[in-house]
Amino acid sequence: MPEAIRQSPSEVAHRIFIYGVLLLFAVYFLVPFFVMFITSIKTMDEIRTGTLIALPRQPTLEPWLKAWGYATIGVTNEGIQGFFWNSIRMVIPAVLISTFIGALNGYVLSKWRFKGSDTFFAMLLLGCFIPFQVILLPMARTLGFLGLSESMWGLVLVHTVYGLAFTTLFFRNYYVAVPSELVNAARIDGAGFFRIFWRIMLPISIPIFMVTIIWQTTQIWNDFLFGVCFSTGETQPITVALNNLVNTSSAVKEYNVDMAAAIIAALPTLFVYFVAGKYFVRGLTAGAVKG
Amino acid sequence: MASLKIKNVCKSFGAVDVLKGIDLEIESGEFLVLVGPSGCGKSTLLNLIAGLETVTSGDVMIGDRVVNAVSPKDRDIAMVFQSYALYPNMNVRKNLSFGLETRKVAQPEIDTTIERVAQMLQITDLLDRKPAQLSGGQRQRVAMGRALARNPKIFLFDEPLSNLDAKLRVEMRTEIKRLHQRIHTTIVYVTHDQIEAMTLADRIAIMKDGILQQFDTPDQVYQNPANLFVAGFIGSPSMNFIPARIVRRNGGLGVTLDTGAGQASILDIHTAADALASWRDKDVILGIRPEQITDGAGAQGNHGSIQTLPCEVQVIEPTGPDTLVFVRINEKAVTCRVHPDAARRPGETMELSVDMSKALFFNPTDGERIL
Amino acid sequence: MLEAALPKVVIAPSFAIMIIFIYGFILWTLYISTTKSTFLPTYDFVGLVQYAKLWRIERWWVACRNLLVYGGLFIFFCTILGLLLAIFLDQKIRIEGALRTIYLYPLALSFVVTGTAWKWILNPGLGIERLVREMGWSAFTFDWLVTSEMSIYCVVIAAVWQSTGFVMAMFLAGLRSIDDSIIKAAQVDGAGLRRIYWKIIIPSLRPVFFSTFIILTHIAIKSFDLVVVLTRGGPGYSSDLPATFMYAYAFTRGRLAMGAASAMLMFAMVMAIIVPYLYSELRRKRYA
Repeated sequence: MPEAIRQSPSEVAHRIFIYGVLLLFAVYFLVPFFVMFITSIKTMDEIRTGTLIALPRQPTLEPWLKAWGYATIGVTNEGIQGFFWNSIRMVIPAVLISTFIGALNGYVLSKWRFKGSDTFFAMLLLGCFIPFQVILLPMARTLGFLGLSESMWGLVLVHTVYGLAFTTLFFRNYYVAVPSELVNAARIDGAGFFRIFWRIMLPISIPIFMVTIIWQTTQIWNDFLFGVCFSTGETQPITVALNNLVNTSSAVKEYNVDMAAAIIAALPTLFVYFVAGKYFVRGLTAGAVKG
Repeated sequence: MASLKIKNVCKSFGAVDVLKGIDLEIESGEFLVLVGPSGCGKSTLLNLIAGLETVTSGDVMIGDRVVNAVSPKDRDIAMVFQSYALYPNMNVRKNLSFGLETRKVAQPEIDTTIERVAQMLQITDLLDRKPAQLSGGQRQRVAMGRALARNPKIFLFDEPLSNLDAKLRVEMRTEIKRLHQRIHTTIVYVTHDQIEAMTLADRIAIMKDGILQQFDTPDQVYQNPANLFVAGFIGSPSMNFIPARIVRRNGGLGVTLDTGAGQASILDIHTAADALASWRDKDVILGIRPEQITDGAGAQGNHGSIQTLPCEVQVIEPTGPDTLVFVRINEKAVTCRVHPDAARRPGETMELSVDMSKALFFNPTDGERIL
Repeated sequence: MLEAALPKVVIAPSFAIMIIFIYGFILWTLYISTTKSTFLPTYDFVGLVQYAKLWRIERWWVACRNLLVYGGLFIFFCTILGLLLAIFLDQKIRIEGALRTIYLYPLALSFVVTGTAWKWILNPGLGIERLVREMGWSAFTFDWLVTSEMSIYCVVIAAVWQSTGFVMAMFLAGLRSIDDSIIKAAQVDGAGLRRIYWKIIIPSLRPVFFSTFIILTHIAIKSFDLVVVLTRGGPGYSSDLPATFMYAYAFTRGRLAMGAASAMLMFAMVMAIIVPYLYSELRRKRYA
């Protein structure tokens, strides 16, 4: 940014204004989460009598325990825990498989280009953007045909397949910036396709692995559309379960339990965000400025 | 060590012809420099020799073996890259040993080789560092070390000095030359810098637009350029090219030069003039190097061939040992190299001595040498 | 020679997956949209009947109108707020790191979580309405969430909250990549800070505006989760978007062909924006 030369009174006022606006927005972004949190540790009585932002007089963990262990979701009374593990079981294989294949694809598309490889890449890139509604119906049929529509593996397959475009894109763009001379040097040193991949490319790919894994984890964990279309009952991921909990038509709405469940559903991705924010943001902008 | 033959090699990328029938041949142990402006195809030719690209037609022979279809790893070559291409995740020792390990050389042998190479290049105390911790010059040494460790039939250098600063470049140039004198391996070296080419090469191949312009020793390339392009490319400051007319003079031939200082002069052409005879009363391009237009004291050689020419000095550029004087001859800026004490100030007139025995003549339409 | 074929062998599975699961499936959906499929797919071609029918359905019109309103406001507010925050953050702010972390965390959340939070905050009984009334304005009403004409605006509020940080990150990256010497030159020329921003910096962010617009449009067209959680498309179908329309027709109402037709129209909308974008991006890369 342009440098302020010296601090006159009007400039000081200017600075205060800027900080004021920035802090106001910080509050705006934080309030919803704050409200969620305090609501989740209030009793329903307090919720009915108090306001959104009133601090809890008698904080309680009961809503959390209920959300986790015995809230009614769909036809079960076992809270959100089972769905939480469902999501974990879905995310891990889907992320690992799609990332690894993406790395190999990216390596080929950047360093071993052949006639048609650019066309393939362009076609794949377009695949990043399709509205998934356009593949939902055939996918549902296919999963049924494969006998996967009732199992977590169906969702693993779906997320792997539709994650490939992104992971390939990430790795391809990262590897394009790696000088081809490096690959040529290794070829002259006698290394072949896989040896160059293992010994030269993978060791320098840690940052892009972080970016890709975090991106995929967030995307797959947070997915709702595939979850709601391709899973039923016991195999649903946590986002679908949360929606079922929140949008249940049962008589009494337990907002505190809803909020606790929402925070539980958000924790893994928030954790990733706070631990590896740098890579998270890089993935966002990389995923955004595609191509 | 091996000889290298390039036989009528063509290379096209799609519709673009990058190399249009290159023929080259060097003996085992020779230092060949491929030089030319960017886009002339020299790097492509090097990649063809390395096997990183495949020829469209023609043959590449290392020793007596046609290697067109042989992959780089089986050609027994080593290459030093412009960006050095050191493996960033490996330390120097690993960088040097990677090629040997890949070729399944026994560990004790690897160790002694690395020891030897590291000593030769004085990088022994850098062996445990990562490339990122090295300076440009050190990286350059490691890159050469990696090539040397392999002891290949041919060394390929792809503009290895162009990422170094000027001083280091000169030092490393000498070092490469010393290295070659010591190990006598066949070297193919690509550069766009004609000084590097002149100083290093046993033989220079000058390329332009995918065509080999001249293939000869540095001395021949300098003294006896095949065409206008080579004449202009080799030498710094460049050779002067003066459009001039060949006329009859004293029973022989002469060339008309108008310096703007009074009447146009006609200088005698002393060389065997048969080839020029057919150009009488026609325009040619006279090529003459700056050191052949100098002050009276500086002029040496066959006295009969030195003729004087009064010129108005336009600009002077002292370089230290010499001063470059810019004058106008036949409406063309001409550089002359004179002794610093003899240089006159801009605006003044100076008697310059021209050594016409070294003058070259080119066909103005196709740039080929006439004489 | 095996070595030479390796790259193709490695790519082959992904290629097959792409052809089947992306392009094959799109064609399948296209085909279904030209049949009379209801609960189960049938394969007798009836032409564009479903598309014609679609445009006679009030609910589809509502969904498309909502998309225009929602998409327009969503893009507008995200861009304005994101740009503002980026410019302010780019003034050598001491706590920039912390602020950036705060602005961006909503992006780590699922739309379902965002929806849950805002559903609670905006609910007329105990949410903001109650809060403002308790503060003394006892006649205050804020019942957009349950009002047909207003419910789509609730979706806008939540979506803007979630995505502004992302736009901010894009603009901040853009600002940081502007060549400093241009700004210095303008300062030497005597231009004030405000003028430098209006005349030099913001115009030079044009590519970022462009990318942001494309991406936000793309997000808007695909929006689904947020509406489902926040309003379930309601009251009635007043806050439906094409994505929820498609889901309702294809999965809950058993009108496969109609669902497929609406999906194809969504696909057409996205492609109309993305294809020119990708084309220009790839071309720019090639000649850069």
